[in-house]
Amino acid sequence: MLRRLLAASLCAAALLAGSLPHPAAAQAEKTLNVYNWSDYIDPDAVAKFEQESGIKIRYDVFDSLETLEGKLSAGRSGYDIVVPTSEPTFARLAKAGALLPLDRGKIPNWGNQDPALLKQVESSDPGNRFGAIYLYGTIGLAIRPDRVRALAPDAPLDSLDLLMKPENARRLAGCGIAVMDSAIDVLPTVLKWAGRNPNSSDTADLRVAEEALLAIRPHVRAITASSSILDALANGEYCVALTYSGDAIQAQARAREAKRGVEIGYVQPREGAQLWFDMLAIPADAPNPEGAHAFINFLLRPEVMAGITNQVRYPNAVTAATPMVQEDVRNDPNIYPTPEMLARTFTVQALPASAARAYGRSWNRFKAGR
Amino acid sequence: MRRIPLLVPALWLLGFVALPLLVVLALAISQPGDGVPPFVLPYSAATGWQPNWEPLGLLVQDDYYFSAFLQSLRVAGGTAALCLLLGFPMALGITRATPRRRPLLLMAVLLPFWTGFLPRIGAWTGILRDEGWINGLLRGLGWIDAPLPLLYSDTAMFLGMVHAYLPFAVLPLYASLSRLDRTLEDAAADLGARPATVFLTVTLPLAAPGAVAAFLLVFIPAAGEYVIPELLGPPEALLVGRVLWQEFFQNRDWPVAAALAVALLLVLILPIRLFQRLEARQ
Repeated sequence: MLRRLLAASLCAAALLAGSLPHPAAAQAEKTLNVYNWSDYIDPDAVAKFEQESGIKIRYDVFDSLETLEGKLSAGRSGYDIVVPTSEPTFARLAKAGALLPLDRGKIPNWGNQDPALLKQVESSDPGNRFGAIYLYGTIGLAIRPDRVRALAPDAPLDSLDLLMKPENARRLAGCGIAVMDSAIDVLPTVLKWAGRNPNSSDTADLRVAEEALLAIRPHVRAITASSSILDALANGEYCVALTYSGDAIQAQARAREAKRGVEIGYVQPREGAQLWFDMLAIPADAPNPEGAHAFINFLLRPEVMAGITNQVRYPNAVTAATPMVQEDVRNDPNIYPTPEMLARTFTVQALPASAARAYGRSWNRFKAGR
Repeated sequence: MRRIPLLVPALWLLGFVALPLLVVLALAISQPGDGVPPFVLPYSAATGWQPNWEPLGLLVQDDYYFSAFLQSLRVAGGTAALCLLLGFPMALGITRATPRRRPLLLMAVLLPFWTGFLPRIGAWTGILRDEGWINGLLRGLGWIDAPLPLLYSDTAMFLGMVHAYLPFAVLPLYASLSRLDRTLEDAAADLGARPATVFLTVTLPLAAPGAVAAFLLVFIPAAGEYVIPELLGPPEALLVGRVLWQEFFQNRDWPVAAALAVALLLVLILPIRLFQRLEARQ
């Protein structure tokens, strides 16, 4: 994808620029450099923080974890706030020493976060030392219910069987099946569906997942970046896509705006869905760590978080914010999972290097179809 | 004083070719590790010289990388051959056009460069996708029911490659064909050769050096191409560029990624040397 190219060139540039003194340091106290996913904040929140604190926010966006990880891995990114996803990027950055341990004394609103969700994050960050939860979601199937019903009337609409059973995939192939191109997101989900440990490094387990994927490979039209899946979903090009919950919701909103009769729904697999968290973190060499702590504390206010969720339609972890979220958003189980749905989620941990490569290889064989 | 003009290219080579290459070489024999950046250089004052040959060894041991190189060479070779096949009649046509129209035609060859590379490749996505122009047209005409899977295929990839690299073939072919002494063709015709014989025995051999140059000018950059296979190609087209990306970003193994870059350079040195010798002969 374009963004991969961009990521690569940014990395190269960052690598070269790493040794130069950073110009932002001089006026660090008055500005805060925020690096977040694109379309992932409430613009009013930024304005309000600037007004209250007198700190000017320089807001920059990325649209892939690779871009973010590449920049932070090269060092001296110049950012004060970054929003990596719990696995693999946040965990790897924390382990690599690229993040600053948070000073909870400067984040009085820390306690607003749901302890149960914080506990889930601990598989990536033991002790919750490096990050506060920004927003979260699951991995599952974006579907066009009407088309799926028409082509496979007996297929379950709440299970990964819809995609992973070859007889279902075969019937749905004609109207388009897509899988996001991300070994680390898809393989755990498939392992879980196959009844294995979703975090397994065992080659036998991995082979089971690979064979299950290869069995449906002939029916898969595209294995591509989640962002391209979102676009194509909104255009009605796929009937079933394994992707992030938030992307399915965004595709749904876009398809409704386009008014071309494309209706999209999200299926959280009953076999268990991978839970992911986008974390608010501070790079170890952030020019303005004081301001960064203040910003995290600001974002964890219930009314601020509610505004963000209303805007971007991802759930947040601030319990007191939920009543302030618009009713249609808060009551949509595809956005806010019910407690029963949350109970059927799992998280994964960073894989050792050898297992990561084995995942990559397995994934390549799936992509190549052999 | 006479050496000063040489200083600029020498500095350029040092700063923009030799130095980056040295960095990549050093990375290729570094130890991967958790850290910022995620590797440990092979030399430090504390530990001395500790090269890590595993990344380069991995490329030899694991046939996964070998097949990536083979695929890259196949795609680059196919692209160069197609560009040659299309570029030759184009270049010939331009040389045979009236002198007034020639600059116009040459400009038409260069016109695609006026737009950015990515929008041009992105345009192919729009044309080939399931809801794109071609499928829309075919469906509108009622010739097909389900969209043809055009995007993410070998065909789409080669379309994009030829589109992007064709000017690199046409220009050297044009240069060599326009230098061609037309009186030789006339002489052959006067001696009774038919147009096809003239073309095969006179025009083609005289244009051969230009054709080799055209082939290599397309082949060399095409072998390292990343964007076009990524945006248009099928998922199984795991060319060196994509494998390198995976090592760098997914496995976060910068040394192996650097080793791949070094290996690609070594693989391409042979055709580059060939090109240089050819240039020297001309």
